[in-house]
Amino acid sequence: MSHPEHKDYTGAKFGMWLFLFTELLLFGGLFILYATYLTRYPQQFAAGGKELNVVFGTANTVILLTSSLFAAMAVTSVQKGDRTTTLRLLGLTVLCAAIFMVNKYFEWSAKIHHGIYPGSPRLGSAPLGESVFFGLYYVTTGLHGLHVLVGAGLLSWIGMKVNHGKIHQGDFVTLENGALYWHLVDLVWIFIFPLYYLIL
Amino acid sequence: MSTEAAHHILSYRKLTAIWGALLVLTALTVLITRAELGALKVWAALAIASVKSGLVIAFFMHMKYESRPFRIILFVALVTLAIFIGFTFFDVLYR
Repeated sequence: MSHPEHKDYTGAKFGMWLFLFTELLLFGGLFILYATYLTRYPQQFAAGGKELNVVFGTANTVILLTSSLFAAMAVTSVQKGDRTTTLRLLGLTVLCAAIFMVNKYFEWSAKIHHGIYPGSPRLGSAPLGESVFFGLYYVTTGLHGLHVLVGAGLLSWIGMKVNHGKIHQGDFVTLENGALYWHLVDLVWIFIFPLYYLIL
Repeated sequence: MSTEAAHHILSYRKLTAIWGALLVLTALTVLITRAELGALKVWAALAIASVKSGLVIAFFMHMKYESRPFRIILFVALVTLAIFIGFTFFDVLYR
């Protein structure tokens, strides 16, 4: 059973970064749409932005930054060969992801309750720019939320591999790549937060 | 890409310090955008967001300790994005 398994640590991580760049361009496209429509409908975007809750936005920013810290620490702990700490940190990261999604649920529920959702009668009678703003808001934060769910699933799966000893001090690139994905989710939010919640 | 042994391990203390800096910058961006600064607050918020991303990429994502090819592809990706954004705005703003 001692086949020398081929491992390419640098190649695996390089591939992950290339994938992250496609993600960057995906969200970059959404930010370009936001910016061009902001120049076309400045008043309506300002009115739409006033509807968003800065407290929810700030709380979710702090939660994601903290989860990113836990993910980065998990990489450090696996490199040190401290499995218990790695598992604990991965658990905390996934917990932060869950809290983020619960906040998102309350935030979206409140919006929908106020009749703000794509195709709603309220937005239908509002100026066109407001529909555009909330359309982009739902697409961007929705796609980001989907990434949070995928990231949480990925990190849970990685946690199981750590638990089974498949990921350890000598072979941890899967954990490192999972953490990289998680940091990307954080990076995207770092721009969503000021653009949607703060500057309008 | 030869020596596999040269993994750089970031200390918990350093990671926590970066996290602290990120929280301070978040507080700063919220405070700045509460003030009535007009268009300036957009640029201030974007500048702070860029600094925050820089910290996340350099330390949390270990880019500061990666080899040259990693930095080259990061640079290429950011330039590509900048070209997309720049050329879109040449069109939108001077139509």
